[in-house]
Amino acid sequence: MKAYKKKVLVQNTITYALVIASYLLIQALIAGDLINSLLKGLLVPLCIYVILAVSLNLTVGILGELSLGHAGFMCVGAFAGAFFNQMMEPSLPSDQLRFLIALFVGAAVAAAFGILIGIPVLRLKGDYLAIVTLAFGEIIKNVINVLYVGVDSRGIHLSFKDVASLGLEESGRVIIKGAQGITGTPKTATFTIGIILVLITLFIVLNMIHSRTGRAIMAIRDNRIAAESVGIDITKYKLMAFSVSAALAGVAGVLYAHNLATLAATPKNFGYNMSITILVFVVMGGIGSIRGSIIAAVVLTLLPEMLRGLNDYRMLIYAVVLIVMMLLTSSPRAIEMRERFFAFRKTGKKGA
Amino acid sequence: MMSFLSYFINGVSLGSVYAIIALGYTMVYGIAKMLNFAHGDIIMVGGFTVFTIVSTMGGSPVAGVLASIVVCTVLGVTIEKVAYRPLRDASPLAVLITAIGVSYLLQNVALLIFGSNARQFTSVVTLPPLKLAGGELSISSVTIVTILSCIVIMIALTLFINRTKVGQAMLAVSEDRGAATLMGINVNGTIAVTFAIGSALAAVAGVLLCSAYPSLTPYTGSMPGIKAFVAAVFGGIGSIPGAMIGGILLGIIENLAKAYISSQLSDAIVFSVLILVLLVRPTGILGRKISEKV
Repeated sequence: MKAYKKKVLVQNTITYALVIASYLLIQALIAGDLINSLLKGLLVPLCIYVILAVSLNLTVGILGELSLGHAGFMCVGAFAGAFFNQMMEPSLPSDQLRFLIALFVGAAVAAAFGILIGIPVLRLKGDYLAIVTLAFGEIIKNVINVLYVGVDSRGIHLSFKDVASLGLEESGRVIIKGAQGITGTPKTATFTIGIILVLITLFIVLNMIHSRTGRAIMAIRDNRIAAESVGIDITKYKLMAFSVSAALAGVAGVLYAHNLATLAATPKNFGYNMSITILVFVVMGGIGSIRGSIIAAVVLTLLPEMLRGLNDYRMLIYAVVLIVMMLLTSSPRAIEMRERFFAFRKTGKKGA
Repeated sequence: MMSFLSYFINGVSLGSVYAIIALGYTMVYGIAKMLNFAHGDIIMVGGFTVFTIVSTMGGSPVAGVLASIVVCTVLGVTIEKVAYRPLRDASPLAVLITAIGVSYLLQNVALLIFGSNARQFTSVVTLPPLKLAGGELSISSVTIVTILSCIVIMIALTLFINRTKVGQAMLAVSEDRGAATLMGINVNGTIAVTFAIGSALAAVAGVLLCSAYPSLTPYTGSMPGIKAFVAAVFGGIGSIPGAMIGGILLGIIENLAKAYISSQLSDAIVFSVLILVLLVRPTGILGRKISEKV
């Protein structure tokens, strides 16, 4: 047990060190003006993707349930955070303070949705769970696109039709404008804040995995019936993993909302394609490996940008890389060949 | 009343397209236990093949439809052989990601060839609309052809599966792959046939879909693909009559929701109904209950 704890500590330290080292490296590059503006603009999105990938890994890798609705939780968090920020603007003048509280609001609302969705959905299994989470993500996106919310002295007004039907007073403000979303959120998100949030995410997820809770969750993943028979409360732990994962996605959403002037729910940013992109990070990084998720999220976000010179061909190359990587890493024949190669090298060394 | 009937019939027609696509999903799932995310994009390839032959090369619609069936069948079998077969015994997630990769690949190849602008698709069905009740109810010929093709496909497929050796082999493989191998069934061949049929159906669905909604882009197939996937789950994934019922119900719900509740919320309503159905029947309408053995 002591040796195990030490190993975990070393592994976790490597993960944290990796993030901090890349942060310092990039800061040094920025100070030396060695980084182009395109890459600079990608720094906060990179943090967002890393948080999303790590949090989805909690559901897919640790809990072992396939979720295709992660972008939905991000969407909920983003809109909750941005809404809070705008609503509180008159009473809380500090942008930073509002952003900080918005992070908590986004996380709390996303977690609430996680529990709300999780209670019925986690009874389903495998592909059924995948399709329901996908459906949930699409519902969120769809509803936000027709949602109008305004604030005046009497309180908050909701409508699914248009601005006029909100019935606001003269002094009232419309905050969520249907398909146009929320405009004018201050761009408070910075790379430093992003990295801090990544570290907090890692701290939460890694500690959770290596705690009693994490072992219970993994026991459910490996054998639900055996876990149940030793007295693990399946629903409780499943919900716990699912809602923590949702809350962290909500945090990523708040970060996303504070990095853009306009926040609108389009198929591109909150649709199922986004959920799939995040899932690709998790699978390519190695299911259940947190460090792998971080690396895959960074590499796979940068790859299409690096290939920008190839213009029309970049997404094509991305697709081919995806297929070839999966064939090379997961097909039984490739695994066998790899093992034989390493076995040969080992015995070769011994013979010499 | 007449407007309700017209919405209803259009719903059945849209549902028939979903049903045809869902059949492909459900057969592949039943036999290979994989979610073929690229299925929706095969529809798009079918649409573009017809577009190229009829609008660009000036061929006859019949030649266009036949060519698109051939192209999609070959494409489906090739994808299965190159991308899915090596991963037959790998984790389901690995196969899922590969399927997503194939889907991106097809979309981007289409994007390179045809560009991102929507192409105007000329309907392959050029008969006059059917007028009923003294001209009050007008049903377009595409709608009728769609519903009829769906019925024909359903009957043909049921006969094929129940009456032919290949069909029985498909049932056996989906029941228990290991036992089927021991009985001397060519599992790889059977799975290839399943992909061929699924892709041919996707081509038909593509032609019908583009005839009814005549705008064609490289992303045309993805939303109907997802909807059909929902329909397959709705009816109980792996079940052929389930896919049929699921597809048609979905089409009707979608069209009625569009007409009477809100056109913008119709997708949300469709997905909410799916969630409700799965809460009551966790394996879909006609899905089999799987009991767990310890």
